[in-house]
Amino acid sequence: MKVKTMEANKSVLVIGGGIAGMQASLDLADRGLKVFLLEKTPSIGGRMAQLDKTFPTMDCSICILAPKMIECLRHPNITLLTYCEVQDVSGSAGNFTVKVLKKPRFIDEEKCTGCGECAQYCPIEVPNEFDMGIGIRKAIYVPLPQAVPLKYTIDEENCIKCRLCQRTCKAEAVDFDQKPETINLNVGAIIVATGFDMFDARKRREYGYGRYRNVLISLEFERLVSASGPTGGHIVRLSDGRVPRRIAFIQCVGSRSLKGGVTFCSSACCVYATKEAILIREHDPECEVYIFYNELKIFGKGFQEFVTRARDEWGVKYIRALPGEVVEDPKTHDLTMWYEDTTENVTKNMKVDLVVLCPALIPTVANKELASILGLDLDEYGFFECKDPLFKPIDTNVPGIFICGYSQGPKDIPESVAQASGAAARAAEVMALAASREAQ
Amino acid sequence: MKRVEEETPRIGVFICHCGINIGGIVNVPEVVEYAKTLPGVVYAEDNLYTCSSVGISKIKEGIAKHNLNRVIVASCTPRTHEPLFRGACEEAGVNKYLFEMANIRDQCSWAHMHEPEKATEKAKDLVRMAVAKSRLLKSLEEPEIDVTPSALVIGGGISGMTTALCLAGQGFKVYIVEKEPELGGMLRHLYKLYPTMQDASERLNHIVNSVKSDKGIEVLTSTVVKQVKGFIGNFEVTVQKANGGTANFGVGTIIVATGAPIFEPVGMYGYGEYDNVITQLQLEQLLKDGQLKKPKSVIMIQCVGAREKEGRTYCSRICCMTAIKNAMLIKDLYPDTDVHILFRQLQTYGEHYEEHYRTAQDKGVKFIKYLQEKPPEVISGKNGKLTVNVHHALLDEELKFGSDLVVLSTPLIQHEDAKKLSQILKVPLGSDGFFFEAHVKLRPIDFATDGIYVCGTAHSPKDTPESVSQALGVASRAAIPMALKRLRTEAITAVVNETYVVAVEPA
Repeated sequence: MKVKTMEANKSVLVIGGGIAGMQASLDLADRGLKVFLLEKTPSIGGRMAQLDKTFPTMDCSICILAPKMIECLRHPNITLLTYCEVQDVSGSAGNFTVKVLKKPRFIDEEKCTGCGECAQYCPIEVPNEFDMGIGIRKAIYVPLPQAVPLKYTIDEENCIKCRLCQRTCKAEAVDFDQKPETINLNVGAIIVATGFDMFDARKRREYGYGRYRNVLISLEFERLVSASGPTGGHIVRLSDGRVPRRIAFIQCVGSRSLKGGVTFCSSACCVYATKEAILIREHDPECEVYIFYNELKIFGKGFQEFVTRARDEWGVKYIRALPGEVVEDPKTHDLTMWYEDTTENVTKNMKVDLVVLCPALIPTVANKELASILGLDLDEYGFFECKDPLFKPIDTNVPGIFICGYSQGPKDIPESVAQASGAAARAAEVMALAASREAQ
Repeated sequence: MKRVEEETPRIGVFICHCGINIGGIVNVPEVVEYAKTLPGVVYAEDNLYTCSSVGISKIKEGIAKHNLNRVIVASCTPRTHEPLFRGACEEAGVNKYLFEMANIRDQCSWAHMHEPEKATEKAKDLVRMAVAKSRLLKSLEEPEIDVTPSALVIGGGISGMTTALCLAGQGFKVYIVEKEPELGGMLRHLYKLYPTMQDASERLNHIVNSVKSDKGIEVLTSTVVKQVKGFIGNFEVTVQKANGGTANFGVGTIIVATGAPIFEPVGMYGYGEYDNVITQLQLEQLLKDGQLKKPKSVIMIQCVGAREKEGRTYCSRICCMTAIKNAMLIKDLYPDTDVHILFRQLQTYGEHYEEHYRTAQDKGVKFIKYLQEKPPEVISGKNGKLTVNVHHALLDEELKFGSDLVVLSTPLIQHEDAKKLSQILKVPLGSDGFFFEAHVKLRPIDFATDGIYVCGTAHSPKDTPESVSQALGVASRAAIPMALKRLRTEAITAVVNETYVVAVEPA
């Protein structure tokens, strides 16, 4: 195995290339500290890159994110380590040694121009993770058109080694002999920002996700409604391509739940569902939208006003209810929602064309392994535990390692961004202390 | 070398499809062909995403290949994208002030999404206007300035103190200006803090002492900011002491951490009229002082003066958890006291607050949902006894409670003098009265004015951990220019044409 050592005094390792990790990296780099930004997938961008619009301003998500992604790429103080994983950490605050595994892309990053011709010839089609599996990609791929870095990756698992890509590539970038590399880093501080996964909605069998084609989870819906998604932003049913006339959202799927799932509130779902509902009405004013909620969480800045606007100006209908079951008509693939209307205390049903589930946002499963490598404490749900929830929400049990974003606890984008800056400030403090000790 | 102003304009136009955001409505190839016909344009092309790394290298290639001396991108908003495109121009040797943008997304494909032809015509108009302006652009050099490595923190509550300690820890000098005679802010009035139920004063004293003993922090209590002049890196601050004396000092950055008081619900639910109708903050004080005499029945009413149809339309975020916390404290103290919380929507968000809600229920706190259209009524009877009528929204029943203590949960609101401060600093307030950040999503703690930042409840209602997170965030944002020590500032500045000045207000 090839071993490379990257030494950089005054550097910080940021783990996770989503909006939190990017913000922490940019803050540190802008003030003159060197940053290694590590991301396990082939591109930075994270969850925010998958979203269509963002609430409550309805900014196009990738449009406001892409400049930040490119800034991370172009910044002279940031080294991107994409398709990488942390393997081992030793040392202490001011002086950590980190062993990083760089997985083989089977593409020479120096040579790949990102032209995409290889993917045109690749005969293998697989579901695209970036599109939550509702679109397809080739075995040689970039996750999204705005990928950073714009370098192709061959997915070893699905590649049949036909080498058509290799023959096509004018830059001669395809390299099937590429091996995993080990990179050793020396850093003064570490910031962890590993984000969230979605609760597996299949576990709530009553809603039919995984069994019925027209029951989606919200991130799939984001890709469906996104202009850069697999349908080019057309909201259609996956079963028959028909334009839905009535769509229902079900909140709290596996969250705030004592039976299956997690007991906490994911904090963002009520408002993102409201945003998605507005998007539907914007795309198609004829389509009815119902949000079945349990308790509307509208605590953030501008949230209440956003929900009021959705109801009064966009005609989104909110029903306080406990949805019991979704039943599919096997012939038409139309859905019937059974629910207990908790305002009127009666059981009702409604025929709908499409159901969107809002599953709990849970900390990534990989946190467990990362926590043991870094020596961090995880709480019962797998969030990284902070040292003092009141006054030190960003500090961990290991001095010099800080946490931010969703992996610290449920939060939305602005909260993640602010906290990421906070993690950058704490890391900068550690670096300042280390520098002053060195000077003495 | 010839100055660019003397060269014939060689304009390159890059028109973005933005996936289908623009390209789905506006006929982009048609706009490209049109751009090629405009005077001064020597090159035009379309890009799927001009902001992608491919798009950026296309701009740079175009500059080199066609010897462009001016560049236009027709895409989205300069607010988010201008720095990126300007950067690309600079890297390819074109002065960034020779770059111009036309916003054909917000102003064409979005605004006229149902009229593709008109959207296309308007896009052509905007491109023509950009080209006309581009021909007249001049290259400019940005002056470099020194940054004073010190910060002014306005407000000595938990947010201000947290920011100050973190900035001092990074080696910067900090001035805290607090209008009250002592540090601590809102936390001085609180008893226990959720989610840990720790004593506020115990922790606060420790933090106040750390601030006072930090050599890098200068604390000015009973002091207000009177005047601020200058700009990022070089603000001149005048402060005024309670005794009238003033002082001046220079700072590189300014942080607004002025906090938020609670709304006094005078005239609502008998507040101000009956002694046993109080606010959560007054209850907190009673609990803190051990002065709460055992009540038989406590009724807490949520959303008093919050989430209104007009006026204070916002949710104050902290009141549900504050009520739950105080209800539990009463139950711990007097287990057989009845405690009811009348709420509209219970804001028990995040990882732990649902847990507190369940614990409160286990302790016997009762929750009753009421509708905004049918608010509870508080009626005074004999011997100071109160009766509370409420419509139970889930049972659809009218309920009547006797109560000897009604506690109103009222929202955090902006300080009365915030407007004055916003004028002194030239930073905006939102329609909710709170300070308004540069960008809700991606610049939540910056102001649009460089070098000035906001954190804590001055920004919007939030609890202690949330305020601390923002305060630490600001300690990074403000540190960036101060760590750099030197800054390049905007070269485009306003000039006054004295010919048209009709009157000058005396200073």
